[in-house]
Amino acid sequence: MDMDWGYLFEVSLTSVMGGGLYALAGLAFVMVYKATRVVNLAIGEMLMAGSYLFFTFAAMWALPLWLAIPAAVLASGVLGAVIERTMIRPLLGEPPISAFMVTIGLGSVLVGLVEMIWSADQRRLPDFLPTQAITVGDAFLAPKIFWGAVIASVFITAVLLVFRYWRGGVALRATASDQAAAYAVGINVPRVFSLSWVVSAMLAAVSGIIVGSIGGISSSMGVFGLTVLVVVIVGGLDSVLGALVAGLLVGLVEGLAGAYLGGEYKLLATFIVLVFILMVRPYGLFGTREIERL
Amino acid sequence: MRIGTLKESYVADAALFDSRTQHVWLAIAAAALLLFPFMANDYWLYMACLVAINIASSAGLNILTGYTGLVSLGQAAFMGLGAYTVAILQLRWGTPLALNLLAAGVVAMLGGLIVGVPSLRVKGLYLAIVTIAATFIAHFLFANFDFTGGTSGLSMRPARVFGTDLDTSFRLYWLIVPVTVLMLLGAANLFRTRIGRAFIAIRDRDISAEVLGIALLKYKLLSFGLSSFYAGVAGGLFAYFFRVITPESFPLSMSIFFLAAIIVGGMGSTLGSILGAAFMTMVPELLKLVFDLLPGGADLTVFLAPVRLVIFGALIIVFLVFEPLGLAEMWRRTRRFFHLWPFKN
Repeated sequence: MDMDWGYLFEVSLTSVMGGGLYALAGLAFVMVYKATRVVNLAIGEMLMAGSYLFFTFAAMWALPLWLAIPAAVLASGVLGAVIERTMIRPLLGEPPISAFMVTIGLGSVLVGLVEMIWSADQRRLPDFLPTQAITVGDAFLAPKIFWGAVIASVFITAVLLVFRYWRGGVALRATASDQAAAYAVGINVPRVFSLSWVVSAMLAAVSGIIVGSIGGISSSMGVFGLTVLVVVIVGGLDSVLGALVAGLLVGLVEGLAGAYLGGEYKLLATFIVLVFILMVRPYGLFGTREIERL
Repeated sequence: MRIGTLKESYVADAALFDSRTQHVWLAIAAAALLLFPFMANDYWLYMACLVAINIASSAGLNILTGYTGLVSLGQAAFMGLGAYTVAILQLRWGTPLALNLLAAGVVAMLGGLIVGVPSLRVKGLYLAIVTIAATFIAHFLFANFDFTGGTSGLSMRPARVFGTDLDTSFRLYWLIVPVTVLMLLGAANLFRTRIGRAFIAIRDRDISAEVLGIALLKYKLLSFGLSSFYAGVAGGLFAYFFRVITPESFPLSMSIFFLAAIIVGGMGSTLGSILGAAFMTMVPELLKLVFDLLPGGADLTVFLAPVRLVIFGALIIVFLVFEPLGLAEMWRRTRRFFHLWPFKN
């Protein structure tokens, strides 16, 4: 059989652009992990919460978009702060596994709340992305995916810049690299912890809104979070660059598997990438190589 | 620690049940388990079987998570492996029940070892994520293979023992409860041996454990294998109990259920597995009761599943934050209060 190069190109391009969303959500995960060393298994559910908040503001309360999107993102930030204060802060100093299991419980609570308030049915978000078809050469790109990727890359760039130049961002990076030293130079470390959760929840909300407007929202959206977890492990848990590269890579693998093998192979392909990476480079593509080998 | 018990030998000191009071209570519990099926109605027998299956699986997860400190979210997948093994063996070859259950455990154990090898190289957290992956891969395999019956699953005949069909909860009780009791005794005894102590050492500080001469990879794998073996046997019992298994029977939320059970019950405690699994199995039933009492209860039934999810999650969070040692610790505190009464404990 002849390879259809045009089709391959089109699929690859679409998948890599879809991977941009994984990169953004992966960034949200890495933010929390770097600063607080908490593995947040509820990242997919936080993304879902953000998209449902947007749904409430935009579709149920009929707020204009320019108000609904920031409102949803801010509300998610508040949610992040509440989570950090009530569930994560009390576990400071406990074994890391406790905080990790708390996030599993958190995921379950969020799914349950969404099903209680908005029911488990699939919902559509109001269209706000342009619907003009995009073509690159001969390849046709779904407009929503294209604009989603554009928004994601804008946010990723903004976050990277903010954390390079803003004081709070520098404080966060300082805390990530050495907590005790950060304390010593007068950084309020607990506040940095709160900040990282707030920013992470906001980023998750942004990607949730985009993912939701591409594929609709439902209470099983948290599955997206599983792929995000694969992304951050492949990239290396504490590496921003890793999350970005791995996001695109996993997006590509998933898209190719979906196009050539069938939709049910998508998740399988991602998990095979995960197992492969764990065997070859357990600390991920760009992660810090742990000195202890256990 | 009970006061006023005198030990004259190391054997007595290491005994599983070391005081007369404990023996009396155990005898009472055994008598209750024996008499229960003759007193209870069908509903309670059904619940008892379900609780026993969940206890068996929770005890397995407790070996891994509670005693070795490795979180797994694949317990449901390994139960699925066990359940499918039992169903396929029975439908294809009609092999006897004891063999099927054993095979279920062994197959799940092998599955566990395969999943464990790549993830155990680094840190416990990776294991959790790989076990999630395993859950989805297992679901994919169950749904796409021919001999697993695809998405419609498999329906089994009732198990046949000594010419009797185990087709009612009353009859199944005599299979499920003894197997569970046996497995609990096994788990409790495990932690009096070198292997069990090695697990605990790994949980408390893995580097120190390695310095003490414990081969980490070997013991972590062993713990994972044992835990999956328990899950497999529990899955086999599950298959005999429900007699219909589909790929949807073993979702990720079931693994979260077991994790919640051992957190609520008490990690690193056999009593914790029992209390936690019983408590978590009864929570949905209690919910149903509460919903029936509320006005307009019939309209509220759609909320049953989501409320359950919220409560499971909230229980995990509340217990981890406020009572990390779980119901078992609450029970111990209560007991201590009565032991020391009227003195302050």
